[in-house]
Amino acid sequence: MAKTIVRVRELTKRFNGLTAVDRISFDIYEGEIIGLLGPNGAGKTTTIHMLLDIVTPNSGQILIDGRNLSQYREEILRQINFASSHIAMPYSLTVEENLQIFARLYELPHRQERIEQVIDELDMASLRAKLTRTLSSGQMTRLSLAKAFLTQPKLLLLDEPTASLDPDSADKTRALVRKYQRHFGCTILYTSHNMREMEEMSDRIIFLQRGKVVASGTTQEIISQFGRRDLEDVFLTVARTG
Amino acid sequence: MEIFYWPLLDLIVWGFITVYLAQFKNGLPSVVAFFIGALILWDILFRAQQGITISFLEEIWSRNLMNLFASPLKPGEFLAATMIISLSKVGAVLIVSVLVAWAFYSFNLFILGISLIPFILNLIIMGWVIGILTTAIIMRYGQEAEVLAWGMVFIFQPVSCVFYPISVLPGFLQTVAQLIPAAHVFEGMRDVITNSNFPLTELMWASGLNAIYLFAAILWFHYVYGVAKDKGILVRVGG
Repeated sequence: MAKTIVRVRELTKRFNGLTAVDRISFDIYEGEIIGLLGPNGAGKTTTIHMLLDIVTPNSGQILIDGRNLSQYREEILRQINFASSHIAMPYSLTVEENLQIFARLYELPHRQERIEQVIDELDMASLRAKLTRTLSSGQMTRLSLAKAFLTQPKLLLLDEPTASLDPDSADKTRALVRKYQRHFGCTILYTSHNMREMEEMSDRIIFLQRGKVVASGTTQEIISQFGRRDLEDVFLTVARTG
Repeated sequence: MEIFYWPLLDLIVWGFITVYLAQFKNGLPSVVAFFIGALILWDILFRAQQGITISFLEEIWSRNLMNLFASPLKPGEFLAATMIISLSKVGAVLIVSVLVAWAFYSFNLFILGISLIPFILNLIIMGWVIGILTTAIIMRYGQEAEVLAWGMVFIFQPVSCVFYPISVLPGFLQTVAQLIPAAHVFEGMRDVITNSNFPLTELMWASGLNAIYLFAAILWFHYVYGVAKDKGILVRVGG
């Protein structure tokens, strides 16, 4: 059986009396791509934020690679990276300067060598000297992924990485993620509102609704569980009926 | 802020300057040295504070804060980095100010002699303290508190006695001023210019107070960082 990379137990987060994440538990195994699915406000992003230790849970436990996140924050965060369509990077720096900063921040050995590899892997040679403020959304997503791939993380968290992209750029982004996952065998937790993307990308799906896990399994298992035609139909049923 | 804060501060500071100047019927001795020296030293404090707060705001503006705090970077390391940025800004400002004061007004800041080094260090540390306090407030309350990056330091200006001695202030404000490290620095600066004394007592007060305040400010920053993580504010501010 594959090694457990993420073990979440009874994780709960409340904001001003509202429960955003309600005693969720799940495991993610090495090399898996897990889709975290749910309507707006289901608790997907809050879960990712707790896995990154930028939101503190009210209760519950997060173990990454067998170690408690709250006790081994720095060691664990060195093995995790993330990309999100909601965040950016310093606009006044070039693409390469931004990558250099993050390479230092994560204390990478052979920094320049790894930067060259990532620039090559993501086909960013023409962007390396461009100022970040001049990048298009697609290019910005690529830079965000480059920052995430740079550290060769054991666990990669991708929060709606294709949200602001046109279909062509979104398809290229998915291809990059798949290529990277095949090459390095890392574990990926992925959120998206695009059902086709979820089906295409995920080995398993964890379905959240109002902060609780309402279903978990492969796409086919979830479709069967709800007796629906496809994942989008499941999503609409869950979102509208609660 | 434009309606009450700045006019009130201007009135207070200039009011005390006027009271001070009125004491000298035959002209103030070393007037250029007092005012230009004070202005340059005050700017050091201001830039030291800005170095910390604006660095933090730049991370918010570029939506990079989450990238930083979701990395192995510790909050203390982040603060240390902003302090280094602050030092480089202070260095640049100091060079420009000293040259301009010398070229335009024949004022040589180095008349302050060996005291200049502890003066500058104490002003930088007080700037850091105000910078850390302000940054923590912005972290807690978000961009609505952004204006404090430029305004907070001036709350301390009237009681820092930049352009007039502590004795000009009314009684209760004199007590407050005694607790402000910068007030001891500016008091010391006037003593050096007037009497050429090394202001050991003032510097000891400034250094002691700064040590306590810096320690407290760093603790405060870590506390607010914990609150921001707990309330999910870090994500809202930085994303």
